[in-house]
Amino acid sequence: MGHISLNQVTKSFGDVNVIPPLDLEINDGEFVVFVGPSGCGKSTLLRLIAGLEDVTSGHIEIDGKDATEVPPAKRGLAMVFQSYALYPHMSVRKNIAFPLRMAKVDQAEQDRKIEAAAKALNLTDYLDRRPGQLSGGQRQRVAIGRAIVREPAAFLFDEPLSNLDAALRVNMRLEISELHQTLDTTMIYVTHDQVEAMTMADKIVVLRAGNIEQVGSPLELYRAPRNKFVAGFIGSPKMNFLTGATAAAHGAHTIGIRPEHIEISREAGAWKGKVGVSEHLGSDTFFHIPVADAEDTLTVRASGELGLERGEEVFLSPIMEHLHMFDAQGLAVR
Amino acid sequence: MATQHSRAAARIMMAPAVFLLLVWMLVPLTMTLYFSFKKYLPLRGGDLGWTGFDNYVRFVTSSSFWPSVQTTLVIVGGVLFITVILGIMLAVLLNQPMWGQGIVRILVIAPFFVMPTVSALVWKNMFMDPVNGLFAHLWKFFGAEPVQWLSQASLQSIVMIVSWQWLPFATLILLTAIQSLDREQLEAAEMDGAQPVQRFAFITLPHLGRAITIVILIQTIFLLAIFAEIFVTTGGAFGTRTLTYLIFQRVLESQNVGLGSAGGVYAIILANIVAIFLMRIVGKNLDA
Repeated sequence: MGHISLNQVTKSFGDVNVIPPLDLEINDGEFVVFVGPSGCGKSTLLRLIAGLEDVTSGHIEIDGKDATEVPPAKRGLAMVFQSYALYPHMSVRKNIAFPLRMAKVDQAEQDRKIEAAAKALNLTDYLDRRPGQLSGGQRQRVAIGRAIVREPAAFLFDEPLSNLDAALRVNMRLEISELHQTLDTTMIYVTHDQVEAMTMADKIVVLRAGNIEQVGSPLELYRAPRNKFVAGFIGSPKMNFLTGATAAAHGAHTIGIRPEHIEISREAGAWKGKVGVSEHLGSDTFFHIPVADAEDTLTVRASGELGLERGEEVFLSPIMEHLHMFDAQGLAVR
Repeated sequence: MATQHSRAAARIMMAPAVFLLLVWMLVPLTMTLYFSFKKYLPLRGGDLGWTGFDNYVRFVTSSSFWPSVQTTLVIVGGVLFITVILGIMLAVLLNQPMWGQGIVRILVIAPFFVMPTVSALVWKNMFMDPVNGLFAHLWKFFGAEPVQWLSQASLQSIVMIVSWQWLPFATLILLTAIQSLDREQLEAAEMDGAQPVQRFAFITLPHLGRAITIVILIQTIFLLAIFAEIFVTTGGAFGTRTLTYLIFQRVLESQNVGLGSAGGVYAIILANIVAIFLMRIVGKNLDA
């Protein structure tokens, strides 16, 4: 249960074509993350799968059955919204019970499922409160609880962590990953945060302007980005790009090298530059060093402290096996 | 208002407004109370001295007192019922995206801009007139006997006129409330399997609770005092004499200021009783 496939799906709002023809397979039990910059159509894609928007053309299949014309409630999918979309006038219990009540599940069964969900999500003590009396993380869990009790074929998450503070976000990330392990249900997760994508996904779908740029496991995307966009989007801090003569020396239009794949030295190296801003994180230090032909200042990661001063002249050498090369169209060359 | 200084400044600046409000409210109230204990007949001897509770007893034992209270409550209740129900329906309708939405919204709100006297006269002469009214023509077109609205169905006619006037107010408040409903909540309910009617009943209607309360409370305040609509249509005849109208008749038609003032005090009491009941029923919606 939970195999979803999209066939030549398109979506236009009036004259604006948001999603050009798109094909995608989501396998049963997979944790798929749609990631991309704001306005890339990832939320729209999720809403198309949910049935909250009609596709302009193409087909959506869920578990082998054409679901293109099926109303949202009948698709067997549950969605967790960015704003949580809890019903403010109902208690937590009633919120979680709502889908069961709509499905006319009998009371004893309802209670059993609610208790189970509340226990799994640490909500037992809050069942009689209203959403307004809960913290952000608790509301998030109620929203997930409301999704769980339906026992859906797949969960859809629409940027569920973007309203939480940083510490809570890390927690909820783990909880959702754990939930995926326990339930073993397909999950589709939309985010603009590549860290969430990298840490949670089995499969990442990188979107830009409605187009799928690349599909793959987090490490595939990290190691072998198909083009410059994916290379720059996946990984933190982002990949450095160099053009001009420096790139030509490697036989490419543009070369890319991640901050963690540059060696820094006071004596000798391939490129020369003066240390600009440095960010000290304790475990790592990030140096921003302007270098000839770099698209931006070069970001370099060093383990621990190197004792480099601002303005000091340093030499940088890329680790050749991690060098990415791109042609004039931005496609990776291997 | 954090510091001592700003609090003092705030008091000074608010003082004129508070003073004005007090004078506006207290002077008429005190005068009403004062006259209600007097025998005061402007055309028949003027101030004839104190009479104690005589006016109060006379007003309440008059055969027209209880019917007038009943009429008042029927009109208030009827108008509230119609405006809230139709207001919710119109608000839901106007919230749908449609062609010419702006113009339709203005048209819906328009009746509120018509003065009560004018709208009542328009209704009386152009719609409800048994000979030349639009309704009479309509009835005749279908071969029916025209209804003599303001004499045969006087109370219903007045409720209809007043409802027409107040429907825009209810619609406007409820429309803004509907617009503030989070779309994601409706979508969540849709995903949860709620049909359109269930979405309305479980999500939209509870969301409107507070707005409905406000509509009911504000309208009640104004509806308890409607006068012009009755004055220009039935003149208080055919069972349309409300408490307000009865007071008017006592003071101006019978030229008995004392008796009318006592009636005014009863009107205050009635308004408070209604207010207490309303707060009991719907007031809890106002708590967050």
